[in-house]
Amino acid sequence: MDAPISTDTNLDASPTQEATTEMNIATDTHTSSIKMTAKNVSVFYADMQALKDVSLDIIENRVTALIGPSGCGKTTFLRCINRMNDLIPSCKVSGEIKLGDHDVYDPSVDVEVLRRRIGMVFQKPNPFPKSIYENVAYGPRIHGLAENKEALDAIVRKSLKRAGLLDEVEGRLDALGTSLSGGQQQRLCIARAIAIEPEVILMDEPCSALDPIATAKIEELIDDLKKRYTIVIVTHSMQQAARVSDYTAYFHLGELVEKGETNRIFTAPQHSKTEAYITGRIG
Amino acid sequence: MTDQLKNSPLSAASVEGLGRRYRAEKRYRFIGFAAVAASLGFLAFLIIAIGFQGVGAFFKTDLRFDLDPAAVQDSGGDAFGLLRSTIRSNLEGASSRRAKRQAYGLVSSEAEEQMQALLDAAAETNTNPQVVWVSASAEVDLAVKAGIDALINAQDKDAGLTRLSDQQLRWIKTLEQNGAVRTRFNLGFLINGDSRDAERAGLGGAIMGSLFTLLICLVLSFFVGVMAAIYLEEFAPKNKWTSFLEININNLASVPSIIFGLLGLAVFLNAFGLARSSSLVGGMVLALMTLPTIIIASRVSLQAVPPSIREAALGLGATRIQAIFHHVVPLALPGMLTGAILGMARALGETAPLLMIGMVAFIADPPSSVMDPATALPVQVFLWSDSPERAFAEKTSGAILVLILFLILMNSVAILLRKKFEKKW
Repeated sequence: MDAPISTDTNLDASPTQEATTEMNIATDTHTSSIKMTAKNVSVFYADMQALKDVSLDIIENRVTALIGPSGCGKTTFLRCINRMNDLIPSCKVSGEIKLGDHDVYDPSVDVEVLRRRIGMVFQKPNPFPKSIYENVAYGPRIHGLAENKEALDAIVRKSLKRAGLLDEVEGRLDALGTSLSGGQQQRLCIARAIAIEPEVILMDEPCSALDPIATAKIEELIDDLKKRYTIVIVTHSMQQAARVSDYTAYFHLGELVEKGETNRIFTAPQHSKTEAYITGRIG
Repeated sequence: MTDQLKNSPLSAASVEGLGRRYRAEKRYRFIGFAAVAASLGFLAFLIIAIGFQGVGAFFKTDLRFDLDPAAVQDSGGDAFGLLRSTIRSNLEGASSRRAKRQAYGLVSSEAEEQMQALLDAAAETNTNPQVVWVSASAEVDLAVKAGIDALINAQDKDAGLTRLSDQQLRWIKTLEQNGAVRTRFNLGFLINGDSRDAERAGLGGAIMGSLFTLLICLVLSFFVGVMAAIYLEEFAPKNKWTSFLEININNLASVPSIIFGLLGLAVFLNAFGLARSSSLVGGMVLALMTLPTIIIASRVSLQAVPPSIREAALGLGATRIQAIFHHVVPLALPGMLTGAILGMARALGETAPLLMIGMVAFIADPPSSVMDPATALPVQVFLWSDSPERAFAEKTSGAILVLILFLILMNSVAILLRKKFEKKW
């Protein structure tokens, strides 16, 4: 059922984000290129249509928020992007989702490589019941990103640092990842996701299980991460969407009702359903 | 408190309902407690009853006879003759044919070998032995354990308390008064093979047979069972074929074990021509029987691993195999091991299928390989319990104790493994 290993160099190519370009990325906030494109994506679970003809562009190094009431298909859409929906046997996807020039549903695409390029953070923090170090080192290890122990250590520390967790777990990297607090666990999951240097990070309601302080930390982190990564976040909280995202897409009953810059959506929604949702009348 | 309740805005009906609920809870708690107490009581009764009867099997009686140095010199290494003359000279009145036979009956058939060993040792070290300790016969052993005085003074000689004659009992009493009777730990009970003489019969063959059988059973059923469970749980498509398979696996788990014995007889012995009575075939038959149990236990423990762990690994770009073997299986392993050990414990106590493949034979020499004829602990219990000699009653209880000990050991290991590898998240 998995596609044969792709020889496509583009999909195999590792992301080229060097430490030296950090400054450029940080200052370069004006150019915006399209990282991913979804065109006419429809999803069926057996006979039930969960998504109807969704088309959406995802802009590089920006945060795109997917909002909408429960069951509107936003998580379904998110899971289509890195093909996590493949795990559900009854799920059928039509339309196309492109990463760069390549359709992620092309039979020649290697799902493992795709998921390396598109990382994911889940709703409930799900660290492996192993040490903090092992949690972060697992991805680089299976993808062979580190040639030796020192390189792996460096990747682990860099990822923990970027996830804003290094200071809190310094000196106890061999403690169980599951022994951390909920917010720390979620940042550990983010560190685990960025340890394999993905290009896009998908976040499925990453703060729904966290308290306001932990949520604030994650939001801060998202703001920081978008300098390097393209982020797509599903959220139930409109305030969170307003705070962290640059673009917002509003889903309703499987349809993409409205999309655009976050400021515009929240100040001047064009569709009556969007307005009703963001003002709290439905949802 | 009650007043407060009564003055509370709750209606009288709901207060009354509350009282009824409390009474119901109390009643259920009492019933539950009584059920647990009753089952513990039965267990305690079983263990105490068998313990009292079986503890004697772990001890045996030896008799000491003084050796006549001249007779030792004259024997010329004839242990049999020396033993008989020594017994005659030590016991008063052992002169008539009948009395001689009774005197010789005090010692075990083992005694000749013990005498031979003593002579050999003496010849090697060039010493002159003064006394010889030989095993008592099973009847003497029982009489000593029961108390000689009680038997001598017993009013009703026909009550079947002992098969020893008054003359024999008096001899034993004299020996006891001279300090020539001792009771020691019966190592032979654990290492000897089976024997027609109760005092020589041991569990060695059965224990070795059970170990070989369980080893074969574990190797076959654990790996096949775990692999089958992983395939069914993680890879197999969910369709009518797999649900058909699932139903059949559940059915197999409840098939009477003797059916597996018949299957083993037809397939392994008749079709494949493997060695009859061997622990290899026994292990294979028990593996068939344990397999469904292990598959079901393994699947349950795989299902208990939260799907978020699989998603986390797959989301990082791990393949299905990597996600399963790096993350899911290690978390499910304690449950799988527990299931396997409980399955093994059941296999250890299984008798019926082994009867079908001939592991019920009289095995005098403990098996040294899986191809040798062997028997197993529960089958040995079955064999001995069928034996008419009184001394085997004690042996049977002793064998049950050993079997229970192994079961407790295996279950404790299962609990320890679960405690040790249990992960919390």
